Amino acid sequence: MLRQIDWFPLWLSLKVAVIATAISLAGGLLLAYVLARRRFRGRNILDAVVTLPVVLPPTVLGYYLLVLLGRSTPLGRAFEAVFGFPLVFTWQAAVVAATIHSVPLLVKSARAAFESVDRNMENAARTLGASEWRIFFRVTLPLARRSIMAATIFAFARALGDFGVTIMIAGNIPGKTQTMAVAIYDAVESGNTLLANAMVLVISAVAIAILYGMNRLEGDRLF
Amino acid sequence: MAQLECNIQKAFRRGEEAPGFQLDVCLECDAGITVLFGASGAGKTLTLDSLAGFLAPDGGRILLHDRILFDSQSSVFMPPQRRGIGYVFQNYALFPHMTVEQNLAFGIAHTPALERHRRIREMLDLFGLTAHAARMPRDLSGGEKQRASIARALIRQPKLLLLDEPVRGLDYQLRHDFYAVVRNIRQSYKIPILLVTHDVTEGFVLADRIAVYRAGRIVQTGTPDEVFLHPRNAAVARLLGITNVFSGTVEELDPMSDTSVIRTSTFPVKGPYLPGRLRGDKVWFCISSEHVALSAAAANDRARDNQIPVSIVEEIPTPSTIRLLLRVHGEAGSSNGSGTPSQIETEISRAAYNKLGLATRKDWTATLPKAFIHIFPEQSE
Repeated sequence: MLRQIDWFPLWLSLKVAVIATAISLAGGLLLAYVLARRRFRGRNILDAVVTLPVVLPPTVLGYYLLVLLGRSTPLGRAFEAVFGFPLVFTWQAAVVAATIHSVPLLVKSARAAFESVDRNMENAARTLGASEWRIFFRVTLPLARRSIMAATIFAFARALGDFGVTIMIAGNIPGKTQTMAVAIYDAVESGNTLLANAMVLVISAVAIAILYGMNRLEGDRLF
Repeated sequence: MAQLECNIQKAFRRGEEAPGFQLDVCLECDAGITVLFGASGAGKTLTLDSLAGFLAPDGGRILLHDRILFDSQSSVFMPPQRRGIGYVFQNYALFPHMTVEQNLAFGIAHTPALERHRRIREMLDLFGLTAHAARMPRDLSGGEKQRASIARALIRQPKLLLLDEPVRGLDYQLRHDFYAVVRNIRQSYKIPILLVTHDVTEGFVLADRIAVYRAGRIVQTGTPDEVFLHPRNAAVARLLGITNVFSGTVEELDPMSDTSVIRTSTFPVKGPYLPGRLRGDKVWFCISSEHVALSAAAANDRARDNQIPVSIVEEIPTPSTIRLLLRVHGEAGSSNGSGTPSQIETEISRAAYNKLGLATRKDWTATLPKAFIHIFPEQSE
């Protein structure tokens, strides 16, 4: 029975989510640290821009990205010039979608985690001659580690489950850009209940595992 | 030229940590312990933070060993990393995810391994932490945390050491251990040490010099003796815990016998001569409670100054002394506001207390020796 199921969407979803989470982590942690610790002009605007993907409907967000990254736009052309293929309607576009979908959550939680780190720790490190980078990696990040790991898992879950943004800029091309969330929608639409059930079960199992992992990190266990 | 010269101003606007607060500090320190004393929120910690470089003042200049750390005119702001200042935080700020040894090593990461190792051993030994080198900060006692924090601050051989209320939350024994540690540091490191406290005793025990803070400014500096015997004004006197602060008007001035007489609303007080004052001037004066002598009313000796008939209204025991609140006769329990001396406080040893047999008697004489009457040369605000 399982032989009949095409597992490509699951692998694609996992691949996309892992890459998107990695990108979110690299950019998001830096952004969160800057928002938590630096006072500068436009800080509130930056904060609002980062939060926007949470409030906008995913399809609206996807449409904006399409307008921004389409083949005829400067950004789209730049991408095509560098990588030799257009971004939209490729699995790389699904990565962009998943990243945009997950990064605000990561920034929000990481920022709270950084803000909870005692500033005296960082100041002590400064008087001890540590550079700002060294303070970030040796003091602030280790002290915020647990919350940031929880935030990362949460961001991964968001990246894994994105539907609206993905379908707008990556489309629904079986074997190419069809992620799990899109494939489930497709299966239900076409009456393929077996496929839909199998994929829903797999995704649910992954989600519960994520929840369990997060609760372990937060300190109290679910089970 | 002093080792540390600091002259800084900073205004805190709305929405900042201390809105409407104005810091305006002028301080010069040489090797030895300078205690920054004052009430909470008077600007002591803000001064330390400005020196360390966590806070950029609006104006002024900070010089340490002739190096410019901050200068608003030439817009020099040296980052904390390069200032060469050791800072011991109120909560010690030991890195909780590192062992004591790793905490010490953090500040000298760029030193060659052998030298680094030697210096860590030396510091662990000096502060009695050798046995705790591999422990995490959470497994240390309060006193050990404090010593580790001081060791970490000193391992880079700073040119200035800042201590922010270091004994807060430590018990009596640990406080005294700490005082010994700080005195040792003063002996072996010839650097200025700035220590923030709001504990009068601590200031007296440790300070080579005291700087008294009030509302963002240093209102008086001097040796502990100078400051305690000659507070600049009534506010400083009260900050130092002197309760006998009274107001009156100058009635007589006699430079020949070095005497002035101040008329208060209840009794006249003879004090040292006041240069530059006129009869009728309103002045404030104080006398610390341990200088107020108490004797039986019958033994009233006319020859002595400032004998005031009193009765005892309250006895407050302290570990080594008894504090007595005395009501001045003829002032039937009126309020003690605005410098009216209706109540005087004295502090006597337990031995003297037992000898006087206080409980049995009602009428007493309080003597305020002329030499210990301190009249404020400056108008109190």
